Amino acid sequence: MPASFILRVAAPLLLWVPLLVSFYLLVRGHNAPGGGFVGGLVAASGLVFFAIARGETAAIAVMRLSPASWCGVGLLLGAGSGVLALFDPASGYLTHRWWFPDLPVKLPLNTAFIFDIGVYLVVIGTITAMFFALVAED
Amino acid sequence: MRQFLIVAPILIPLAATAVTALLWSRPAAQRFVGLGAAVALFVATMALLAEVISGGMLVGQMGSWPAPFGISLVVDHLAAAMLAITGLMGLTVAVYAMGPGAKERDRAGFQPLFHALLMGVTGAFTTGDLFNLYVWFEVMLIASFGLLVLDRTREQIDGGIRYVMLNLVGTTFFLLAIGLVYGLTGTLNMADLARVAPDIENQGALAAVGVLLLVAFGAKAAVFPLFNWLPASYHTASMPVAAIFAALLTKVGVYAIIRVFTLIFAHDQALFGPMLGIIAMATMVVGVLGAASHYDVRRILSFHIISQIGYMLVGVALMTPLAIAGSVLYVIHHIVVKANLFLVAGAMQQVGGTFALKRLGGLYAARPLLGLAFLIPALSLAGIPPLSGFWGKLVVIRSSLEVEAYVLAFVALAVGLLTLYSMVKIWNEAFWKAKPETAPEPPAAWTMTQRIATFTPIIVLCGVTLTIGLWTEPFAAFSITAAESLLDREAYIAAVLGTNPVQLTEAVP
Repeated sequence: MPASFILRVAAPLLLWVPLLVSFYLLVRGHNAPGGGFVGGLVAASGLVFFAIARGETAAIAVMRLSPASWCGVGLLLGAGSGVLALFDPASGYLTHRWWFPDLPVKLPLNTAFIFDIGVYLVVIGTITAMFFALVAED
Repeated sequence: MRQFLIVAPILIPLAATAVTALLWSRPAAQRFVGLGAAVALFVATMALLAEVISGGMLVGQMGSWPAPFGISLVVDHLAAAMLAITGLMGLTVAVYAMGPGAKERDRAGFQPLFHALLMGVTGAFTTGDLFNLYVWFEVMLIASFGLLVLDRTREQIDGGIRYVMLNLVGTTFFLLAIGLVYGLTGTLNMADLARVAPDIENQGALAAVGVLLLVAFGAKAAVFPLFNWLPASYHTASMPVAAIFAALLTKVGVYAIIRVFTLIFAHDQALFGPMLGIIAMATMVVGVLGAASHYDVRRILSFHIISQIGYMLVGVALMTPLAIAGSVLYVIHHIVVKANLFLVAGAMQQVGGTFALKRLGGLYAARPLLGLAFLIPALSLAGIPPLSGFWGKLVVIRSSLEVEAYVLAFVALAVGLLTLYSMVKIWNEAFWKAKPETAPEPPAAWTMTQRIATFTPIIVLCGVTLTIGLWTEPFAAFSITAAESLLDREAYIAAVLGTNPVQLTEAVP
């Protein structure tokens, strides 16, 4: 059964709102409730909704890469965020580094955030992969 | 360098999983990356083994969080040996998987799943934290389920669902045990647990945790009576998958049993020793009888995995240095031999067209080299001197005689004889008897590359079996060192926690 006309038209809007919220959750997550996992779930829910409205093919077109590739990028980011620590013999893998640039606004840059982005991407990839597999017609 | 070496066995398969997942739509590139990663893993694990032999135990604290709070990675002799053998298996099976059927497998996602499985296995061998071990068990379970249903046939899905259901029950018990032990001690770091375990007032509750862990690891290791998932699923998997499963999955359970019961529950040996001894004997007997009743090569081999697990548990049951050394030697020998038998079975199917013994025949006349490649691991499995299995069995049986466990020694000997019966059965039916009328047409001829990909791993593993058999001295010496370091709990605790551990757990009543 095709989705209703209203739903199909509203779909892009209903994709971007969860994505924005998910970014907020991702960035906020460092010192407050939130983070890559929840953010990823919210973003994935937006994509899943888009797939219900416009179909799986359209959703994959929006994602550009296949869900498996999203997982791959996420895993590489997550694993890569800890590699810097290996060059310091005194610290263990995944010891995160912090950098506070001298700017008028407070901007704590750190490798832990890269790890969080990795989690975010893996969650999006996994959830959408599962959903597409469940609704696939063959 | 040491910090890098200790995480390399986890990071290399992780990167391989990620990159092969990125190359989802290009199976040929995936295969190339997968092979490269398998070579890298092999080199890294060998370097790690060399480092542990020369420089002793390696400990890494992830994220530089001090020991009982963060996740510790600990590689001692046993873990290093298991990692090295995982590297060898990863490489040989990765090469073997380039044989017949490679295209279909890679299109179905073999490469990312295979490396995810290797990551789960190496993670489980490396970790020094009970909850982290649970996480690696889950990684392994997810990856192995994907590998098991790779061809998406009805038979595979049926086997896969049984596999997942029974394993989920096992991991649920694991989670229950983790919750209980955290409530009892306030820590999940294995070294910290080992430190506080003997002084806990409520030893009854701790023993309950031990039993729960035994159920969880036993289900993973396929011991009696928790082995049902193994014969229900292994014979449905495609051959490279079955080989890597047979080599590594159950052995992770055995490793976890050895680790936890030598480290945390060693003070309660009066309870767990006899329990493990009985389980070991029952596992040996049931497995070998199951194998004797079957006429499908894959099913026979699957039941023999179960039977051999019994031998590996003898060490933990007796807890003498010699017995544990026997277990270590047995695990190392068994992984090589068992994986090789599955690889040979795959080649037999490629030549003879079937796995059913009744319909096979005349393979020795057609392929004498294949016959030889079968005989070496098969006789080694049965324990014929001078092959590797003989030395493993010798040490296990001698150690049980030393502590006057005569029943155990007798069962081990009798099971060895029955193992020989099963192997001779395969030899007689598949290789020796004339080709029967009902023999199926073998599948289409294979290319030279496929032959090389199939036979190189088999020959290499035969070589390893012969090396362990004929030049046992270094392997035996290594096993004894590994056993001594397993029994030296104080050294393990000091290495992980430092000489002056943070005394948080004292606050817990």
